[in-house]
This record gives sequence, structure tokens and C-alpha cells, in this order.
Amino acid sequence: MPWDMRDLRRQVAIIGAAESDQLGIVPDKSAVQLHVEAAWNAMEDAGVKKDEIDAVFNAGNTLGMAEYMGITPKLTDSTAVGGSSFVIHLGHAVAAIASGYVEMALVTHGESGRSRVGAGGFGGGGDQWYGWQGSAGPPASYSMACMRHMAQYGTTHDDLAEIAVATRKWAQLNPRALMRDPMSFEDYHNSRWISYPFHLLDCCLVTDGGGAYIVTSLERARNYKKKPIAVLGFGESHTHGNIAQMPDLTWTAARNSGPRAMQMAGVDHKDLDVVNLYDSFTYTVGVTLESLGFCGPGEFGQFVKGQRTAPGGDFPLNTNGGGLSYTHTGMYGMFATLEIVRQLRGECGDRQVKDAKIGLVNGTGGSLSSTGTAIMTNQV
Amino acid sequence: MPPSGGGELWIKRCKDCGQHHYYPRVVCPNCFSRNVEWVKSSGKGSLYTYNINVRTAPGWENNPNYIIALVTLEEGPRIMSNLVNIPFDQDPVKMAQHIQVGMPVEVTFEELSEEISVPRFKPAGS
Repeated sequence: MPWDMRDLRRQVAIIGAAESDQLGIVPDKSAVQLHVEAAWNAMEDAGVKKDEIDAVFNAGNTLGMAEYMGITPKLTDSTAVGGSSFVIHLGHAVAAIASGYVEMALVTHGESGRSRVGAGGFGGGGDQWYGWQGSAGPPASYSMACMRHMAQYGTTHDDLAEIAVATRKWAQLNPRALMRDPMSFEDYHNSRWISYPFHLLDCCLVTDGGGAYIVTSLERARNYKKKPIAVLGFGESHTHGNIAQMPDLTWTAARNSGPRAMQMAGVDHKDLDVVNLYDSFTYTVGVTLESLGFCGPGEFGQFVKGQRTAPGGDFPLNTNGGGLSYTHTGMYGMFATLEIVRQLRGECGDRQVKDAKIGLVNGTGGSLSSTGTAIMTNQV
Repeated sequence: MPPSGGGELWIKRCKDCGQHHYYPRVVCPNCFSRNVEWVKSSGKGSLYTYNINVRTAPGWENNPNYIIALVTLEEGPRIMSNLVNIPFDQDPVKMAQHIQVGMPVEVTFEELSEEISVPRFKPAGS
């Protein structure tokens, strides 16, 4: 390990501390406003500029608060374990700063506990401005992004079909996959519209399931049963909470998290043997391929052409069958991660990528809001 | 609160950096100044993107194939709303023939109740 916990002593300090303008009974301010006032006052107290903040912490929704304040963090932590959360956040921040992962963390709280103005499990900073548009959840958000990509770059339904069909072929090799019937291009184009431009077969499954992984030092890892899969690099970022606040619907925060992960890992695109990209929708895969730099902006259609990502193709992608055909509980990132571990352990049977040594997983959360990229290896 | 209700679209502007934003905030999301003010928007903009919802959200069953739109206002910010005044068709592909990403749109208000009216957008001049 690079450091002992004792090495963290006197390494990290609190430099700003403040409360909202008023406390007590504040009937004219919402929980979100109290949050942001406190944040503003703490930065004023410290003399810190907003752009210096690279880590955001709160007990519940860092997407919404960072969106409200216009912060794109390198570390996001919305650990919510009750009133103790903010003490726990401090420990997380100390570890992150001491390790060099980030430099400046903002931990916030705000609640309209008495007046109940926008209180209790606040959502995005702007939640009161949505709802009357008739949003139908993730398909509506992601289909708008896809439409923008189509209009801007000439992306077609044929491009999206390549992804849906290739992913189904992987699922057919996975006995645990929910959808294993063959899917033709015609099946894709004939599937009903959900939120135009999305067909049904652009959309992930809705399933039940669970997943978990355990992490320890590589040194300790050698004492246990399975071959350790070492983490080489990781990165995280988010750009917004609600799709209406996304800076540009044709790229995601993977533009931030991907390069950080690769730089930390010391690997390049060509070094990756297997890649799992969160596939809530076909478009999620396409926009992530571009955002991670596997191809240029607007080029994912060309990249996936000819079933390049299917079994037997030269770019093994979403080898478990993905959220599109394997399983999707609503938070698929766990399953994408586990599949990279299984591939690197060589446990994947018919769908095993031969001699896979380095794998990348990219999760996408919210409304194309947040991304996490991790790179792993079995070369330890 | 903005100085006016019905029939006008009000957004916020930062007096320090000059940038407009929407949804309205107590701080400027660009420069983090608290010196923000309400200003009236022209209500004109361009269609940034849209979709056509064949599967409807709860409560929207009587609005088949309703269109959600992101509009870039003349002042800069983007607003999520609906695109209206587009001829209905069962087939969303046919509806899409009347819509161009980038086309000019303008605000029109719909009264949901005596107290609440919401801004929707229609093709400019329609």
C-alpha cells in the first residue's frame, strides 16, 4: 500500500466553515437554497473560488447540488447514512485528498426541517421546474439526446441496430441472460416505438437482481481463493442532474472520467482487451464510445458497423449481453463491473475473450449525468 | 419571485458576469455570484432537440405522441418544455417530418389552473 492510515495525520485540514444566512425558522427558503447559501458562505469564509472545488459531498444528491452550483467534480460522494453522514464525508475527503485523487472538497447540508419547503430527500436542484412536460423517465431523456446526435451527425437507426443486434449475440452465449432469442436487424426496425427515435429494442430490460464485489489490498488479496483482479485506474465525473441541464447532449462526462482512468492506468485504447459500457440504451453505448475516445465525435456508427462489437468481431463489447439483453435492474453498473472481473479471471465459458488481460468498464448514471470509468487487469 | 406572472417568461441574469441562466437560482452557476436578477425573456429560441412519446407518462394518456423539447432561448439558457402545434399522426415518423432540429420556435402559454400557467413552444409564426 502507498500509505499507512497513520500517514494521514495532519495531512488534510478544513479551511472554510459556514452556515446558511439564517437558521431557525426560515419559511421563505427551500432546502436547496439553504444548501447553496451555506456553500457560498463557506467558500467566502475560506476565500475559495468555485472552480477550485473538485470534490462534492452531501447526504443524498450530489448530481442536483453540483448542477445547481455549476460544478463538474472529479470525485462525487452522496453517502447518506443519516445525520452522521457529514462526519463520515470528512474521512472520505481526507483519504481522497491525502492520496492525491482530489485537491479541494466541498461538503454541504441544507434542510427545511421545520418549514418543510422542498424538504426531505431533495431531488435535483431544479426539480420544481420539471414534471409538467410529461417526461416518461429515462427513455424520454435519452431519446432526446439520441435525436440531437442524429440531427448533428447524421446518425441512423441502422447504426443503433448494430449495437442492439451485436449485444443480443453475446447474450446468446450467456446461459444467465434473460433475452437469448435471436434478434435480426429486421426485428430491431420492426419493434414498436417507445419514445421516438427509440424503438423498444433500443431500450434495456427491466429485471430483478443483485451484485456485489469485495476490495482489499493486493498484498492481502493473495491470501484468498480467487485470482486477484487489480485496479489499474479509475475516474469519475458528472456534468448535470436533469437532461435539460446537460451541457451538450452529444457527449458525456466520460470525456472527463475516461482520460483520467487511462492516464492513471498508463494504458491506451489499443491496450484494452475487453470493454463493458453501460447500455441503458443503444445510444448510451454509442455516445460513450465517442466520449471515451474510441472514435471521434459523430463516428460511433462507423465504429460499430459490420457487427464489429459482436462475438468474433475485433472489439468485444458488453460480453455478458449487457443491459439490453442480459439484465438491467435499474442500476446496471454493478453487473458491467462484475463481467469485467469474470472475463479477466477467465470464467466466461463460450463468451470468454481469449487471453483478456486488461478490461475497461464505464458506468453511466442519471440522465447521461454521471460517469465512472475503471480499468482492471489480471497481470499481477 | 419574478415581478410578473401570466403570459411572460422570466429567467435569471447575473449582474456580475452578464450570463443568463434557467432554472432560476440564488447563485450564478457560471461565476457563483449571488448578485442575480430576474429578467424577461423574449420567449424566442431554437429547437435544440426533441422526442415523440408514443409510450405516454402517467396522466398523459389523452395526449398521444406528445413531444418533449429542449429549446435554446435567444438569451442562451436551455429550457425543457413541449413542442405544440405539430399535426398529430399515429406514426411518429410522419410527425417528425414537420419538425427540424434547429428550427425557430416561440413560447406559448397554457393555463393549467387559475394560479399556474406553463410555457410551451410552437414553431415560430404558427
